[in-house]
Amino acid sequence: MEAYKGFKEGKWLEEINVTDFIMSNYTPYTGDESFLAPATDATNQLWDQLSGMFKEERAKGIYDAETRIPSQIDAYGAGYINQDLEKIVGLQTDKPLKRGIFPNGGLRMVEQGLEAYGYKIDPITHEIFSKYRTTHNEGVFAAYTDTIKKARSSAIITGLPDAYGRGRIIGDYRRVALYGVDHLIEKRQSRFNACDPDEMTEALIRMREEMTLQVRALKALKKMAASYGFDISKPATNALEATQWTYFAYLAAIKDQNGAAMSLGRVSTFLDIYVERDIKNGVITESEAQEMMDHFVMKLRLVRYLRTPEYDALFSGDPVWVTESIGGMTNAGVTMVTKNSFRILHTLYNIGPSPEPNLTVLWSDNLPQTWKRYCAKVSIDTSSLQYENDDLMKPVLGDDYGIACCVSPMTIGKQMQFFGARANLPKALLYTINGGRDERSKVQVTPEIFEPIKGEYLEFDEVWNKYDKVLDWLAMTYVKSLNIIHYMHDKYSYEALEMALHDVEVRRTQAFGIAGLSIVADSFAAIKAGKVRVVRDEDGFAVDYVVEEDYVPYGNNDDTTDQYAVQLVENFMNKIRSHKMYRDAIPTQSILTITSNVVYGKKTGNTPDGRRGGAPFGPGANPMHGRDTNGAVASLASVAKLPFEHASDGISYTFAITPDTLGKSADEKKDNLVSLMDGYFNQTGQHLNVNVFDRALLEDAMAHPENYPQLTIRVSGYAVNFVKLTKEQQMDVISRTISAKF
Amino acid sequence: METKGHVHSFESFGTKDGPGIRFVLFMQGCPLRCLYCHNTDTWSTSSRNKTLSPQEAFNEVAKVKGFIRSGGVTVSGGEPLLQPEFVLELFKLCKEANIHTALDTSGFILNDKTKLVLEQTDLVLLDIKHIDPVKYKTLTSVSLDNTLRFIAYLETINKPAWIRYVVVPGYSDDEADLHQWAKFVSQFKVVKRVDILPFHQMGTNKWEELGKKYQLKDTPTPTPESIKMVENIFLSYGLPIVK
Repeated sequence: MEAYKGFKEGKWLEEINVTDFIMSNYTPYTGDESFLAPATDATNQLWDQLSGMFKEERAKGIYDAETRIPSQIDAYGAGYINQDLEKIVGLQTDKPLKRGIFPNGGLRMVEQGLEAYGYKIDPITHEIFSKYRTTHNEGVFAAYTDTIKKARSSAIITGLPDAYGRGRIIGDYRRVALYGVDHLIEKRQSRFNACDPDEMTEALIRMREEMTLQVRALKALKKMAASYGFDISKPATNALEATQWTYFAYLAAIKDQNGAAMSLGRVSTFLDIYVERDIKNGVITESEAQEMMDHFVMKLRLVRYLRTPEYDALFSGDPVWVTESIGGMTNAGVTMVTKNSFRILHTLYNIGPSPEPNLTVLWSDNLPQTWKRYCAKVSIDTSSLQYENDDLMKPVLGDDYGIACCVSPMTIGKQMQFFGARANLPKALLYTINGGRDERSKVQVTPEIFEPIKGEYLEFDEVWNKYDKVLDWLAMTYVKSLNIIHYMHDKYSYEALEMALHDVEVRRTQAFGIAGLSIVADSFAAIKAGKVRVVRDEDGFAVDYVVEEDYVPYGNNDDTTDQYAVQLVENFMNKIRSHKMYRDAIPTQSILTITSNVVYGKKTGNTPDGRRGGAPFGPGANPMHGRDTNGAVASLASVAKLPFEHASDGISYTFAITPDTLGKSADEKKDNLVSLMDGYFNQTGQHLNVNVFDRALLEDAMAHPENYPQLTIRVSGYAVNFVKLTKEQQMDVISRTISAKF
Repeated sequence: METKGHVHSFESFGTKDGPGIRFVLFMQGCPLRCLYCHNTDTWSTSSRNKTLSPQEAFNEVAKVKGFIRSGGVTVSGGEPLLQPEFVLELFKLCKEANIHTALDTSGFILNDKTKLVLEQTDLVLLDIKHIDPVKYKTLTSVSLDNTLRFIAYLETINKPAWIRYVVVPGYSDDEADLHQWAKFVSQFKVVKRVDILPFHQMGTNKWEELGKKYQLKDTPTPTPESIKMVENIFLSYGLPIVK
């Protein structure tokens, strides 16, 4: 076949197996960045045009929104930025930055989102989704228990994806480019036909229905591509088509679903195979290869969803987590870095820094030094990269996994996740002390089974043992709520297109999250050190704590305190494991807050570590702001102790450092950053956000946002335009430990 | 009796005190009283912040060994050579573990004990704060002679050194002095690098906390032009400056 000319044959020809295609055909690159090409005129023109639109969007909140037609793969006609200049085409709606609506997830979310920006939903659409069609959100509330509702409104469990898409499912978008849609339809259809058992169980009925929906979605994908003038029924024949086909597949996913995180997977090295072939055959130049990548990435920067202001308070700056995983090693120990790995990072220069796509480097000790140094340079220049430990994840997930959202690794096309929410561990500690009553409202949230703590000083064993019981209740309530959510999501808002780009038999994980780990670890360290006095109000209700003795906080590489954090992670995970998961999923957890650490903090009272009520939590697995006083390495070493086997959905650490602290010369800065990451990942850290900036820069950006439209910073697990954060989140970022030494 | 070290604090991510990432131990106690000192809290020899055995200190280093593969350990201060037994034992442990050792010193103390420390030291970071003996005394309250003897000794044992020079407007930025300084330093083959450090005001609050009068309160930080001037003078003597 013409499309496969020049490719090495392998298993990938007999079965759907993109991994085998990559391993048989990619060209590792161990050189440096000197081959890279600058932006073309077309790229600059397109980006200028978009920059004007971004400005308008920032001013108005959103650029434009659909009010009538719910988004579907082929719901809207073709849309362009500037058709003459775009090498890669395709928009979510008929116009750039215009937001589609997804009432399947929940009607109220759509209506509130529209109203917040001065739009109103079409009355017919409203009628259909309130009268004739059950939404995911309605389904969930039809099944929630009273306790779940209480846990939700008191914010001991928050961020439940019960009003929007769950996300964290990565379709293997590369399959469309490699095989063409017809082949994928044919394969799924024959599987469907072969499934005719004597006993038709509920599971099989569901599977058959899902396969039908998947085939339908693939047909819609073809139709959508056709509206742009492309026939994607057959395999892509060159790099431009491969990029375009892959993008169409991803585009179909983001038209189909308003997922909390719509990640891309691991496409750059796959696409490099086509680029290498075209360059070798003299079909394209380096400049054209870069232009293709720039235009592809430009499209990924345009992904938008309509969200409510409350959602923005949790996750600011329009994050969609178009996460692309780059680099890493093969099982055989060869680098998977290609020239396209460099090209995708180079977009941060050609079209400037940006939070999206969420560029994620899979770090291994054995990566080529040239690549490591280039990554360090990009981090120093743009603060737009995050890093995750390939040496840690590859043994579990193989060499073709990608990161969904921020830190959640999954094998591409073979694994998906039921994601959701976080448990507020510091609040659970306060419930322990107050017998299950909320410290702010005094409402009894848990059943009345927990005896409050009565002593004047907190006693370690008593608090630790009673806390353990409260965590039992919390884990149970949390599992119940996620089971309900994912049952209803499958029922009312199934991700047909994304799942069409998976194997039929997939590995499912159900991912839980915890927030405020450092506060609880520090609280126990403070209690252990001896003297935490409880301040009670006239009702005998604990409202404050006085720490009378110094303690060593988490984040200083002190084993005693750090072990509290380690134990908490393991304990909570074991409690989750003891319950039954929806669809027999494998339970996992992450230590990740994204920007929600600010809102969690706001909703949580004074804590025994000395933190004041309302103050933000440390994000993710970070130590509390300013308490890691022994320098960056000690702080990283503490976080690296957290056990990945009990938090296999990811452990997020957000690190900020001033350029000057990193070293004197530009070369030293790069080398030190590389050594820092080598050290952290060798000590089995899982994730690292790297920010390199001065506090003064952020303060100036707060005062003059108009001068910093592209200033990008990494927050827990993703990146964001600094100027799009709420004021409180901006203050939080500024007050966080920025490692600086003089 | 087992040797104990009086340590002021650790910095686990030192990037200016030797090559690569350094685990830095700031030792307690200093015989100098530099006017621009930004670590005045390390002066006192009676302050007992952390008391550790060499092994205990080494355990802290071992915990971050993976981070300092291309860096190492730096002992700074204060003046580390006030506690030569401790530094000697610590450096021996480091050398056994194949960890690079650097000693950040004013060069004020050279005796049999500190010479033994130098045997276990891979790199010396030496402050020569002024070349004029009178001005050196004004700036540090001690005599320059010791430091000059120290660098001469380093030359005789062929011990690599990085030399540091803090530029304080009005105190250490006189052109003629800078020529003298550069000329002097340029005669030593062991000098592998020279760092020019602009004076800053970030240690001010420590003076206030200590209740001491800070004479440099109104001294400005050097301008980029004056730093450039120092660089040019140093370069004219072939000194290996890192920018």
